[in-house]
Amino acid sequence: MEIVRKWVQTITALLVNGSWSFPFTRTIYQGPLKVVCSPGLNCYSCPAATTYCPIGSLQQLIAGIRIALENGQNFFGLYVIGTMGVLGGAFGRLICGWVCPFGLVQELLYKIPSRKFNIPQKLNYLKYGFLVFFVILLPLAVVDDFGYGELWFCKYVCPTGTLEAGLPMLILQPALGQTIGLVFFNKLTILTGFIIWAILASRPFCRTTCPLGAFYALFRKFKLVKLRLIEENCTRCEACHSICPMGVKFNEAPEDAECISCLKCMTEACKFDAISLEIAGLAVGTQGGTKIMSPKRNNGAA
Amino acid sequence: MAAKKETRPKRVRKAPFIIILVFLIMGIVGIMTGEGSRVLEQAVQVCLSCIGIG
Ligand code: SF4
Ligand code: SF4
Repeated sequence: MEIVRKWVQTITALLVNGSWSFPFTRTIYQGPLKVVCSPGLNCYSCPAATTYCPIGSLQQLIAGIRIALENGQNFFGLYVIGTMGVLGGAFGRLICGWVCPFGLVQELLYKIPSRKFNIPQKLNYLKYGFLVFFVILLPLAVVDDFGYGELWFCKYVCPTGTLEAGLPMLILQPALGQTIGLVFFNKLTILTGFIIWAILASRPFCRTTCPLGAFYALFRKFKLVKLRLIEENCTRCEACHSICPMGVKFNEAPEDAECISCLKCMTEACKFDAISLEIAGLAVGTQGGTKIMSPKRNNGAA
Repeated sequence: MAAKKETRPKRVRKAPFIIILVFLIMGIVGIMTGEGSRVLEQAVQVCLSCIGIG
């Protein structure tokens, strides 16, 4: 299953970054596909990007809301929020586990041999702050003399933008180098910090900072596709705890906001068919098919 | 090893469909107000904030 997931992650990363004419055009893809939403975090100013980034576009719409309304355009971000909500309602953070390019980047970095560290659970709440303040409130409230807000998350935080857009665009258009300043070096420092952190800990950006992950996490209880604990079969052996890349203790919190539905606990850890995948409440599979095994309580408890 | 049946009744959860429908309607309203074209217009321009120079 892990191999299938890696393939899906790689193919999706290539699909949302599927325009490879930039070495010749020296700029980003500008075709009509960019009206399509990237399900995961993928900077739309990446030269190869073929889709729009929901977090970037949402900030753009919110930052320009006053001017749009003055011009009689009712742009409240409904198209972007609607698309994000359909994706979230259907899959929630399964998108993080299966199709987000930056999630894949972090997983690959974590494979680099080094001492590994846990991430304190309290830091998980930070990402909701980034969603509320940096994506919504600050772009809406802090405006210039013309009434335009800033893209606070893109400009001051997003390491994906620096990695996928900032650095490649500086190579493609060296003249941009004359305009870089503190903002760029701040973002470069943040990117470097996350790269080092991702080598030492599993998916630190997803767990502590990503506003898109925070948005999808809101659907944890009501998403269409989710994992379920079959309590009758759970032996509390806690094998699902140590395997989880997001620090979820699945049998204690089956609807944890951090679960990215990578299925590792179901397919690699649980030997008792206590975890099943369900669509709209109907089980579609457990580790050993759909049958329910008899539990061996306390057998192998940690 | 005796098979143990799951006791929870299986029934279709309706909440995901309602949520998806609500957001779908939201998205369609967005398209009707022309937001799709606005998003496209913005996405085909290099975002200087994303790069870190805007
Ligand atoms: S949390 Fe954000 S960066 Fe991580 S996988 Fe999800 S969308 Fe991608
Ligand atoms: S709880 Fe299971 S499916 Fe969810 S992230 Fe952890 S290992 Fe993956």
